[in-house]
Amino acid sequence: MRGSRSMNRTRISVGIRAVIALPYLWLALFFLLPFVLVLILSLGTNSPDSVPPVELGFSFNNFRRLFSDHLYVVAWLSSLRIAATSTLVTLLLGYPMAYAISRADPRRRPLLLMLVVLPFWTSFLIRIYAWMGLLAENGILNQFLRWLGFGDHSGTILGTEWAVHLGIVYAYLPFMVLPLYATLEKLDWSLLEAAADLGAKPLGAFLTVTLPLSLPGIVAGCLMVFIPAVGEFVIPDLLGGTSTLMIGKVLWDEFFTNSDWPLASAVAICLLVLLVGPITLFQRQQAKSLERR
Amino acid sequence: MAAGPIVAIEGAEKRFGAVTAVDRVDLEIVRGELFALLGGSGCGKTTLLRMIAGFETPDSGRVLIDGEDMTGVPPHLRPVNMMFQSYALFPHMDVAANVGYGLRREGVDKGEIARRVAEALALVRLEALGARKPAQLSGGQRQRVALARAIIKRPKLLLLDEPLAALDRKLREGTRFELVRLQEQLGLTFVIVTHDQEEAMSMASRLAVMNAGRIVQTGTPHDLYERPRSRFVADFIGVANILATGQGKWLALRPEKIALSAERPATPHALNGRIVDIAYEGGRSLYRVAVEGDRVMQVTSANVVRARSSAWSRGQQVWLGWSDDAGQPLDE
Repeated sequence: MRGSRSMNRTRISVGIRAVIALPYLWLALFFLLPFVLVLILSLGTNSPDSVPPVELGFSFNNFRRLFSDHLYVVAWLSSLRIAATSTLVTLLLGYPMAYAISRADPRRRPLLLMLVVLPFWTSFLIRIYAWMGLLAENGILNQFLRWLGFGDHSGTILGTEWAVHLGIVYAYLPFMVLPLYATLEKLDWSLLEAAADLGAKPLGAFLTVTLPLSLPGIVAGCLMVFIPAVGEFVIPDLLGGTSTLMIGKVLWDEFFTNSDWPLASAVAICLLVLLVGPITLFQRQQAKSLERR
Repeated sequence: MAAGPIVAIEGAEKRFGAVTAVDRVDLEIVRGELFALLGGSGCGKTTLLRMIAGFETPDSGRVLIDGEDMTGVPPHLRPVNMMFQSYALFPHMDVAANVGYGLRREGVDKGEIARRVAEALALVRLEALGARKPAQLSGGQRQRVALARAIIKRPKLLLLDEPLAALDRKLREGTRFELVRLQEQLGLTFVIVTHDQEEAMSMASRLAVMNAGRIVQTGTPHDLYERPRSRFVADFIGVANILATGQGKWLALRPEKIALSAERPATPHALNGRIVDIAYEGGRSLYRVAVEGDRVMQVTSANVVRARSSAWSRGQQVWLGWSDDAGQPLDE
């Protein structure tokens, strides 16, 4: 009896281990292995005549170039800046949305949530192309402005950083709204009644109760927008034109236009290191604050 | 304003869809009393309490606190504080921050807040736990934090929504006395909402029994027990034998007002019956006696002697006797 039970237990734990191991195996095969390959490439040197155009080796020249060449540093900084401001705008737009959905009639919430994810039913690329049509010189926006009488010197948004911001905010808004909704929906509204009862004005109650209690959702939403936005390539390429410098575009150019695989690999490694650092720090801090609670 | 009732509710009415939660309620609560709103679930007692706090707006009628009309006054501007049934403690703040919240919102200076928080925590005997988070407290401790947080602003009126419901039985009884002690010590007016008639009877100086959105009777615990006006109140508060006396009139007879005897008693009223059930409750025993007409009467008697067996056994023929003034005549 006891024997069979412990056998069951080992069988179960073997099953559990297999379930855990499978995704790890997948990640090792399709993430860790390619990453190691990219790392090896980044230490090689460019050799345009061979196929692939790399001569393997062990030099940090590519990384040195990244830090010495003005272009890359500027691209880094502007990527971080654009991602940060877009994240902030997404938060400012997404928070009231998530708040309103979480306070809506429970029967209407599924519909409102479906509307948030509705854009995913169309291809991301097509949606960004659609923005090109909206924002172009003779696009719908400019035609509308002209029709309103705002003259011909209104300029064009397409090809500017404004368009990139607009595209990122538009594309990533659902990633902000959903984690925010998840935390706000769990919020016990009697806490706000208690705050009001103790003399808190509505804004005071929001700042002292709702906001701190939705912080995990804010952090999750911001990370889910900020991280992919830093490395974003499609949006700056299609909407930003040549004037916007973002690291994802630099990477693309090095790889496809200049065919400099080692340098492109070094850019990719730096991008990863740059993002992994803050993520782990954030997560550690989150785990600590959870423990304290 | 020192005179007049602390709370006056005039013709308050509140509907939720097709349900009338509060139905034309008039009520006055006297300064300094411990008033209980008693009723079953869905009787409207909590809605009435939330109306006083400002979380519900009456569809018609009005609420006056200390003589001032509260119509249109939001909760944060009302001179009342409430202790929530769920306690509603802020999970991200420690005990001291929870208790001091109301004072911080008023902009009281830090030293003063610290002093009054310490005072409030001492009042509920939680001096040592100021730095704990609510999640690190027991149910009883949480209840006391909620209480300290609600009294720190010394409101004219403290509203308590089922303050003892979440505690276990033993703790509940001790906490009753503690709440009464606190109420007297602070000289505040307490309004307690409860579904537990024993709780309401033992704590309140006055109580109102509610049914289907209406107040059916208001009075002292003694009034309600000994002089109920309706079958509903007689039955809701304690146990009552309700005897029809004809022409739409009844008599409510409490089980302890009936005497059991072997021979026909000399009392003005007597009935012969047979004991069908005995429930021994330690201090007293409850007898269910079948009398003529298939009716079962309940009789209790105190077990004042330590004899091992009861004087009565199941199946035994007994006489029930009571005096003229033992019961309360009812019209409804």
